[in-house]
Amino acid sequence: MNRIFNDPDLMVEDAVRGYVKAHKDLVSVTDNPRVVKVNSAPKAGKVGVVTGGGSGHEPAFVGYVGENMVDAVAIGEIFSSPTAQSFYDAFKACDGGEGVACLYGNYAGDNMNVKMAVKMAAKDGLTVKTVVANDDVASAPKDELAKRRGVAGEILMWKVGAARAAEGGSLDEVIAAAQKAIDNTRSIGIGLSPCTLVAVGHPNFMIKDGEMEVGIGHHGEPGVSVMKTRPAAEMADMMLDYVLPDLPFAAGDKVAVLLSGLGATPVMELYILYDRIADVLGQRNIEIRHNFVGNYFTSLEMMGATLTVMRLDDELDRLLAHPARSVGLVK
Amino acid sequence: MGLQVNDAGFVVTDLIKAIVAQRDRLSEIDGAIGDGDHGVNMAKGFNLCAQALGTPTPGLKESLATLGNTLMAGIGGSMGPLYGTFFNEMADSLDGVTELDAPAFARMVRAGLDGVLDIGGAKPGDKTLLDTLVPAVEAFEAALAAGKPYKVALDDMTEAARQGRDSTVGMIARVGRASRLGERSRGVLDAGSASCCVILETMAGSVAPKVA
Repeated sequence: MNRIFNDPDLMVEDAVRGYVKAHKDLVSVTDNPRVVKVNSAPKAGKVGVVTGGGSGHEPAFVGYVGENMVDAVAIGEIFSSPTAQSFYDAFKACDGGEGVACLYGNYAGDNMNVKMAVKMAAKDGLTVKTVVANDDVASAPKDELAKRRGVAGEILMWKVGAARAAEGGSLDEVIAAAQKAIDNTRSIGIGLSPCTLVAVGHPNFMIKDGEMEVGIGHHGEPGVSVMKTRPAAEMADMMLDYVLPDLPFAAGDKVAVLLSGLGATPVMELYILYDRIADVLGQRNIEIRHNFVGNYFTSLEMMGATLTVMRLDDELDRLLAHPARSVGLVK
Repeated sequence: MGLQVNDAGFVVTDLIKAIVAQRDRLSEIDGAIGDGDHGVNMAKGFNLCAQALGTPTPGLKESLATLGNTLMAGIGGSMGPLYGTFFNEMADSLDGVTELDAPAFARMVRAGLDGVLDIGGAKPGDKTLLDTLVPAVEAFEAALAAGKPYKVALDDMTEAARQGRDSTVGMIARVGRASRLGERSRGVLDAGSASCCVILETMAGSVAPKVA
């Protein structure tokens, strides 16, 4: 295991300190070392936008704190939910008097900690409403949408919710926009190699050479099938075959496409996938209005990619186009 | 004179020693179907509690509350809120209680269980720590109802906890990350049920020598 670290138990602390030093023009750490906020927060009269999640997914989650993006983030251990206290402190860090929207992913730990943090905030008279991302089509069947996990689609949900807040939307309007965003978003991942938590020292699951895990989760959760690797164009077709029928997407739709590497995939290989994805969508008369290709939501040094497609109406299109500046995403 | 709540802080310091000693074993169990950090995170949280308690160790109510609050604020994940709630609810059950007699012990573990049920959303059979905790609490209550002595009830609790932990081997995970494995989650212990068993058998082992 050749990796870069000092103390395996303090990697999150060390990384957050470095992150804040690198981007001090944009973000700062709060009194809670596991909460980072945009320098301009809190803004009086603006709905605060918060997310949070485990570490190891960089640039998610901290990388989406920025101007007209997420206002504050709660940072957990590697692949582990932040504490309720950190979510609560993130709410407080961007409370501009109009309430806070907490937009996060559907995982057991996050659900519990957010639920407790929302109760803590309510005792202070701070209203927090939530949207829970569930865009991963491989994580549960379509008739069990509430069981599906949130993956890279969360980024588009944050972008939309944060833009609505930046426009001056009320808490209910921000929540409605974010909910609409995730309801129209579907994702699928393909894993080509496992990842290793340094503190554990060995891969937390196995993928055999020459095989891929279709539908892999963001922490290596098993997907829907294991099969032989195949040419990139066939991988792209297969990912689209999971994503497009699920919503379903149809001819004439306008969409945003986000194609993220999982950490170790060379960026050039993402463009090889995107080449085919763009062609197929074009052939199906689906118009790509926004695209994002790169390492947007990773899983340590896992090899593989996730494809996310969001169907747009005029509001979602406008909110995605709204200017924004964060380390992970610039518009 | 029985075991006084104000003198029973050692129950929590014993728990800290036990969890720290089981760090690698719990991580290894977690590694089979989880990401292998359960022991690391638990030991981290319990060590934080040791620092927060200081010396001399406060009474049981205060020590349990310190443990609950440190886990809640210190380790996150699912185990932070679950065990944080478990120990905080046990602490709250000791409001106004001076002696940790058998009925007080029963109320304490029942309060902890109810707190976990309220926040967790899982049920017995889902391959979680509840598969240890529910039968253990019920065994203690049943022993008291049957008129068995305190010590025997503690033994019954420990035995039920161990059986409950071992029963998770045959289960399919239905909540949390491991639920994605489906049938592949069968055949190994659940890490939460294992740490819960360590906690319950350690509590029973600490209290038993001090009671009649």
